[in-house]
Amino acid sequence: MKTILRRLLVPLASLRLTVVCLATALVLVLAGTLAQVNINPVEAQQQYFQSWFIWWSAGGGGFKMPVFPGGHFVGAVLLLNLIAAHIQRFSWSWSKAGIQLTHLGLIVMLAGGLATDLFSVSSHMYLRQGETKNYSDDDIRTELAVTEQTSGATNRVIAIPGEVLSACGSTSHEALPFKVVVKGFYPNADLQMVGQENGPSVPAASNGAGAQIGIKALPTFSEMNKRNKTSAVVELISNKGGKSLGTWLVSVEIDQGQDFEVDGRHWSMALRFARYYKDYSLSLISFTHETYPGTDIAKGFSSIITLADAKHNENRQVKIHMNHPLRYLGDTYYQSGYQSDNSTILQVVRNPSYQAPYISCVIVSLGLLMQFTYHLVGFARRANAAKAL
Amino acid sequence: MNRSIPYLILLVAVIWLGSLWLPKKTKANDFDVSTFSRLPVLTGGRIKPLDTVARNSLLIMGRKQSLKLASGESMSASRWLAELWFNPLVADTYPTFYVANQEVLGMFGWPQADKRYCTFAELQPKLQKIDEEGSAAADKNAKSRSPFEVAIFDLRSSLLLYQQLKLSIHLDGTENFSKEIETYATTLTAAATKLSQSQTPPDKDQTAFLRSAAARYEQQANATNILAVAPPAGGKEADWRSTGATLMRLNSAEAIPASLAAFADLSDAFRAQDTATFSRVAKEYSGWFSIAHPEWTGKTHFEQLFNQVEPFTQGMVLYIGAFLLACSSWLVCPRGLRKTALLLLVLAFAVHSFGMFSRMYLQSRPPVTNLYSSAIVVGWGATIIAMVLEYLFRYGIGTAGAGVVGFVTLLIAHNLGSNGDTLEMQVAVLDSNLWLATHVVVITLGYSAMLLAGVLAIVYVILGMATTKLTRELAHVLTSMVYGVVCFATLFSFVGTVLGGIWADQSWGRFWGWDPKENGALLIVLWCALILHARWGGMIRQRGLMAMTICGNAITAFSWFGVNMLGIGLHTYGFMSKAFPWLMAFIILQAVLALLTRLPASRWLSFRNAERRVLTAAGFRPLA
Repeated sequence: MKTILRRLLVPLASLRLTVVCLATALVLVLAGTLAQVNINPVEAQQQYFQSWFIWWSAGGGGFKMPVFPGGHFVGAVLLLNLIAAHIQRFSWSWSKAGIQLTHLGLIVMLAGGLATDLFSVSSHMYLRQGETKNYSDDDIRTELAVTEQTSGATNRVIAIPGEVLSACGSTSHEALPFKVVVKGFYPNADLQMVGQENGPSVPAASNGAGAQIGIKALPTFSEMNKRNKTSAVVELISNKGGKSLGTWLVSVEIDQGQDFEVDGRHWSMALRFARYYKDYSLSLISFTHETYPGTDIAKGFSSIITLADAKHNENRQVKIHMNHPLRYLGDTYYQSGYQSDNSTILQVVRNPSYQAPYISCVIVSLGLLMQFTYHLVGFARRANAAKAL
Repeated sequence: MNRSIPYLILLVAVIWLGSLWLPKKTKANDFDVSTFSRLPVLTGGRIKPLDTVARNSLLIMGRKQSLKLASGESMSASRWLAELWFNPLVADTYPTFYVANQEVLGMFGWPQADKRYCTFAELQPKLQKIDEEGSAAADKNAKSRSPFEVAIFDLRSSLLLYQQLKLSIHLDGTENFSKEIETYATTLTAAATKLSQSQTPPDKDQTAFLRSAAARYEQQANATNILAVAPPAGGKEADWRSTGATLMRLNSAEAIPASLAAFADLSDAFRAQDTATFSRVAKEYSGWFSIAHPEWTGKTHFEQLFNQVEPFTQGMVLYIGAFLLACSSWLVCPRGLRKTALLLLVLAFAVHSFGMFSRMYLQSRPPVTNLYSSAIVVGWGATIIAMVLEYLFRYGIGTAGAGVVGFVTLLIAHNLGSNGDTLEMQVAVLDSNLWLATHVVVITLGYSAMLLAGVLAIVYVILGMATTKLTRELAHVLTSMVYGVVCFATLFSFVGTVLGGIWADQSWGRFWGWDPKENGALLIVLWCALILHARWGGMIRQRGLMAMTICGNAITAFSWFGVNMLGIGLHTYGFMSKAFPWLMAFIILQAVLALLTRLPASRWLSFRNAERRVLTAAGFRPLA
């Protein structure tokens, strides 16, 4: 058993494999960087770094073939190589301690990077002055929220995910007395009032806001700082008798829910970015945007917010500004931008492995420092001895 | 060589340097430009002496920090600024604008090739054409502009700057500014008194006068970005105003601020060629400012001295001197020349450090804040490492290497500095001294080590191929040096890159985003790791190590400048298309040098001779 393991380990732990991996990584990083000149950074990142292979498609046809290992592939082989080398060559001595520590730190970093790729979630919280929110919005994913308006204190919300809508089928839910049939789904669209100059001539829907608004499909944005205006046209069909109740235009651009009535029950419907609810809330007290005197150069952006968490008995004021995020219960809030002078945009990141690079950095730096100092001291000693001769 | 000669040479260099520190004397019957150049204004977000404003403006318009007049005489930047502000019709006849593009010269119908500098008066009839062509170029993406478009765009920007700068104190054609302000203030007071006492509006003439004056002041306030009027004692930076804005807020003759009165008097005295009054007012105002605002005086005075000393220019001279002496020491008089070279290197390093620390003091920031200052710190770091090497191995190689890296990086900095103020304010995301001091400095020291190792490898190749000096012992020593410096480069690059990731995690919410600059740093780390692992695995030996280290130069240059030229990503500070051919040439040169190491030993003068020597010693006769 031991020998089989050894046989597997030896080639996997070889220094030659390390060198090949490093060289491949070098080519990959260079190619992935230069590619960003022509394609947008997110796409380049997905094609080159967050992939197992880089694919080449001949003449735009359906035919694709892998031409080079992608980031995940190189990273995985490098990680295996590192672990194998550790197992095979590990021996405790001062002369090796630095190297061992360095590579241990690298394992932590690569593993942490992988975990971040898999588990981290990024969203945004848009806050106007005085507004309080206990959720953040996804940057891309949407949901159709259908709410029954009851006289009680709480309303029940049924959220239909955007992925379901984009399939353009029909959806029903036990709590809904109607079916939702998607007539059209627009990942990004331009909404304009009907009858405007150069505007659309046909309204998008028969009921609600859509009766005055026309819709035009747009290509989706790939820039990080632009949000798509995702929209859909839905038809509601009563479960009683299968009668159509009309069509509605729903869009992330239409803030207010659109009200309608089915069999005497009152409902409201809105398409919105998928929400991540928190057990606490943030309210914006003020947002400031400072510039250097006599210039337009931004000196700083900062948001003063109140963090309220009844469960943990927290109620405090926090200042979030550039390079000073707020970390709370696994979420990190960054000052990301602003819409107007009294509203702020906070980026919310949930990354369970965010500490990996910090730990790894300390371990690797210590390791490298130990190794090089060990060599330098030995070297200076030899040089002195040579001089003495 | 006599033992004291190296120290004598050092003494001469020190005396030469010291002479540059003395303040420039003003002749008895000339304007006291020296004091004028130290007067402060607030522009570009910070308080700076007029000397800096003048030098940076000339640098942008004419690529030099002083003016060469048609008569061949040289004029200091501050003197030119006084002329531009107070006597613009004369300044318009000075050759201020650098125009070298043949197409642009051709467009003006000027004989090509001989016209380099032109005056505003010459360009004035062509302003409309320049504006049209320049705006068209401005609409284009910076990356896709042709050389003509770049030139016309630059010329248009220079002309806009010139016209804007002209209006810093008052509008064109102002005759007697002090009188004008006084009349304005008294009329204003009279009108206000009349209104409050008898409830009657001011008469027509008064109203018309006040209206036209206010309109002119508003025009000036909107045009300028020079805030020349300092607040009274105790005021804050945000309380500085332009002269126009000050006049628009004025409510009585008593309230005329000291700065406004001083600039008005300076203006009138200069136009009247009244050197005595000009010098007296400049001194008085300077005195008032140092009493009212001691907190700002120290830095402005120091900055003027810093400008005057030009430590980086002196550093360049000393570095090249050290390099030449170190190289000569391999041919003649090894001990003496090596010692002199090292002493000059230490002096160069001292001047370089003075410049770097001065910038840190002036900016209240860590040393690297932009591409310009990164070049300064790269050279500085390389010099430290090289001095340690010289201490360990006394071959003069460390000195020569430091001389080259120091000179070249300061030359790069000099060229990067031609875009204006290099002590600019930091945008919000960079406003963090902690990270500027750690991530940026460490990564820059990584560049230092990488480039120094590369230069040492080139020394190995040149000595080995073109001379017989590369003995087995020296080859071994150079290998140890290169290996050791690469180790340091690995440490700095890795730690710097990870610190950068942590900063990104703090400000953008992600540790790594595959941004071009991040990738550039990663390339250096990967390359270092590759060199070290290939060596540990016995895959490369001496010459292989040298070849890979030379390639490291190309990778460092790509990471340092190349990614900025791509014009994409979050780190796009300092886009410089002009330097692109230089970068390509540098990378190709490194590739050629690296390939040279692959030539067989018989092509290496040193190795061939070594072989021969071994053979003759063994009794063989070389073939004819």
